[in-house]
Amino acid sequence: MKTLSKFLSALLAFTVLQVQAMGEDDPLLVMGKLDQFEIRDTEGDNPRVLAGELWAGYDLSKLWLKLDAERVGGETEELEVQALYSRAISAFWNIQLGARFDDKPEPRRKWAVIGVQGLAPYFFDIDAALFFGEGGQVGLRLETEYEWMLTQRLVLSPDIEINLYGKNDPATEIGSGLADVEVGLRLRYEIRREFAPYIGVNWQKKYGKTADYAAGGDIEDAQVVIGVSAWF
Amino acid sequence: MFDSLSRRQFVTGVSTGMALTSLGLPSAKVRAAGLLAAQPAVLSGRQFNLDIGYQQVNFTGAERTATTVNGSLPAPILRWKEGEQVSLRVTNHLAHDTSLHWHGMILPYQMDGVPGLSYAGIKPGETFEYRFDVKQSGTYWYHSHSGFQEQTGLYGAIVIDPKEPDPVAFDREYVVLLSDWSDTSPESIYANLKKLSHYYNFQERTVGDLWHEIREKGVTKTWQARKMWNQMRMSQADIADVTGYTYTYLMNGNTPASGWMGLFSKGEKIRLRFINGSAMSIFDVRIPGLKMTVVAADGQNIEPVTVDEFRIATAETYDVIVEPAADQAYTVFAQSIDRTGYARGTLAPDPSLQALIPAMDPRPVLSHRDMGMAHDGHDMGVMDHDMSAMGNDMGHDMSTMKHDMSGHSMHSQAMNAHVMNSKPGPAGFGSQAPVVHKPSERGPQTDMQAMSPLSGLDDQGIGLRDHAQLYGRKVLRYADIRNLTPTLDKRDPEREIQMHLTGNMSRYMWSIDGIKYADAEPVRLHYGERVRITLVNDTMMTHPMHLHGMWSELETGDPDYIPRKHTVIVQPGSKISYLVTADALGRWAYHCHMLYHMPGMHREVRVEHGGKKA
Repeated sequence: MKTLSKFLSALLAFTVLQVQAMGEDDPLLVMGKLDQFEIRDTEGDNPRVLAGELWAGYDLSKLWLKLDAERVGGETEELEVQALYSRAISAFWNIQLGARFDDKPEPRRKWAVIGVQGLAPYFFDIDAALFFGEGGQVGLRLETEYEWMLTQRLVLSPDIEINLYGKNDPATEIGSGLADVEVGLRLRYEIRREFAPYIGVNWQKKYGKTADYAAGGDIEDAQVVIGVSAWF
Repeated sequence: MFDSLSRRQFVTGVSTGMALTSLGLPSAKVRAAGLLAAQPAVLSGRQFNLDIGYQQVNFTGAERTATTVNGSLPAPILRWKEGEQVSLRVTNHLAHDTSLHWHGMILPYQMDGVPGLSYAGIKPGETFEYRFDVKQSGTYWYHSHSGFQEQTGLYGAIVIDPKEPDPVAFDREYVVLLSDWSDTSPESIYANLKKLSHYYNFQERTVGDLWHEIREKGVTKTWQARKMWNQMRMSQADIADVTGYTYTYLMNGNTPASGWMGLFSKGEKIRLRFINGSAMSIFDVRIPGLKMTVVAADGQNIEPVTVDEFRIATAETYDVIVEPAADQAYTVFAQSIDRTGYARGTLAPDPSLQALIPAMDPRPVLSHRDMGMAHDGHDMGVMDHDMSAMGNDMGHDMSTMKHDMSGHSMHSQAMNAHVMNSKPGPAGFGSQAPVVHKPSERGPQTDMQAMSPLSGLDDQGIGLRDHAQLYGRKVLRYADIRNLTPTLDKRDPEREIQMHLTGNMSRYMWSIDGIKYADAEPVRLHYGERVRITLVNDTMMTHPMHLHGMWSELETGDPDYIPRKHTVIVQPGSKISYLVTADALGRWAYHCHMLYHMPGMHREVRVEHGGKKA
């Protein structure tokens, strides 16, 4: 530990060539965040889910990577990556522009993304995005999350995600209109700000044509989840 | 003074440590062995050699590297004499630049120690000699003005003996320097705040609090009381950015566990020179069982005011006289503004005595007043009206836009009125000018504007307002402060400069008039002018504003006895005015003294010959 701190202070000495009259106002920061890293208990193989983001940048402009992945029985069933430029437009809101790549399920799909992300009145975390895909496909995703502080470290957090699409895409089993809704309720304990194990429940349901495509598979599923959230 | 200090050192056996530190030798082992310096060494005279270097310290059970002067944390007490010239040779043994700023000193700007304004700073391995005439007396302090170094231990006291006989009588004196120590590096603290602004706040309102409130007031009233905070996305529990979660609060370098100790004999008058040398902490100070007579503020003698408690913001100093009548111990108690911790010491006739350590007062929550809303309204009509005029990012987008526009035209009118009525009000009574929010205040870098800011003069501050009522404690207010001697510059101000302290709490950005230091033009004063500065706090944090090189003459209501300060608290959602005589040519720093607000909430003040008259 001591050697490490010596190494770090030496490193600092190299990187900070000239110290100004005060600390650096708007330093380049990098934040990585695992919102969900969990196992979902269901019939058959239990899915493992990873949802998180990585950003690098300054107060008002950042580059974001958003990652969503689900593995079942050693197979990646879902892998979605978004690369976005995020720009602050008001006190609590950012506009996010970029691209989304769906690596799984196959066939791969590419999208252009325009979204808003921020904090709405009454402390609702909002992430809303429009996706423009190939062949005139359009998608809309609305996500919101709330945090109830039961104690200073025990937080109950409901969240909801809704996906809508403009067209049928039989290859990826997506139907037009309301496609799916996912509702979660997670109870986490912040051992540190940066590390919180949690338990919860997750419920998801497919609707309309999307449900028709999935006939025979899971249309509605409720699962108990256990996982950790963490950031640096 | 020296008698009492050296006796004290002898009694606790730290004189060895003191000898080591005053020679500039590492005293890590001294500290590690538990022989904590009860008081840093006192260096006096006209010539000083100060060595800035790394020093291993251990305040929490974990060893950390501090940056110190002569191996001492706090730095040695510098004792000067008014009227003499001092020479301070400061040598940098660090791997990067450093500097020392003499806080509150009236001196040529090249000696002020601000890298980029006064000079280029002190490079590694170099020695810089500061040399200036000491033109004042009283209690001041010095600290690094480079990066976030101050947080890591570069601060110490300055005591200047007056040339003329001291109007304050005392038998014994002690410096009481309050500070905050963290095992986390300041750069990491700053990054944590930018990533999660409430990182250090473990006093958020919980579901349990909500339940209590509903049971007490009912659902409707609770909803109404919380509506504004919810709509504005602000936390009523947001009192301090950095808290006792990471800070260990120190008194003369002693942790609360060990405590500082000052000895006295019954019946003595003791002068305590309180200095807040912390990075980010505001303290409320009291000594249960003793009245404190405040005799100086920011080094300057004032008409004595007797109080039970006072708030001392980062960089302020207060001298108080206490007269213990009994042969008993007293606790010097300095609780942080958010009640997450305290620094403490003991005044005792015998080193074996300790007094009870009081419990901290309840944690405060912000009120409407702290949001710049004059009405602490139960009247929903009034409240709604205020709210609509208030936010720049509130509620539904369309309605916000509408309000923004109407607000804007109102402001332009106000601005015209301001220009036409350019003659500011008379000295001593503060501003009569309308509060004007500049267009630059709008944008993602700000999250609120105070629409009807009250004067901060009569306000004891968050968490202190009910202390008279609840505990019978008289709390010092700025309005109580009168200079001991008559105002030197009796001129009325020729012009008034209104500046707004702005920020976005959740993005953790700070600025003045919505513009951060890096993007700002200097504030230009012309040499010799008398100007009024009015500060409006458009945030819900308390900002101690420090103007270098010239006095901030606080307009507390008596033009003939205007107190002179170097650091002035601007209460949340409030305003305050002071006069400045621009009698110091050069480039000066002007900033919030909260270390992590300072990078953005900062201006250069340039005093030049000529220039246009307002």
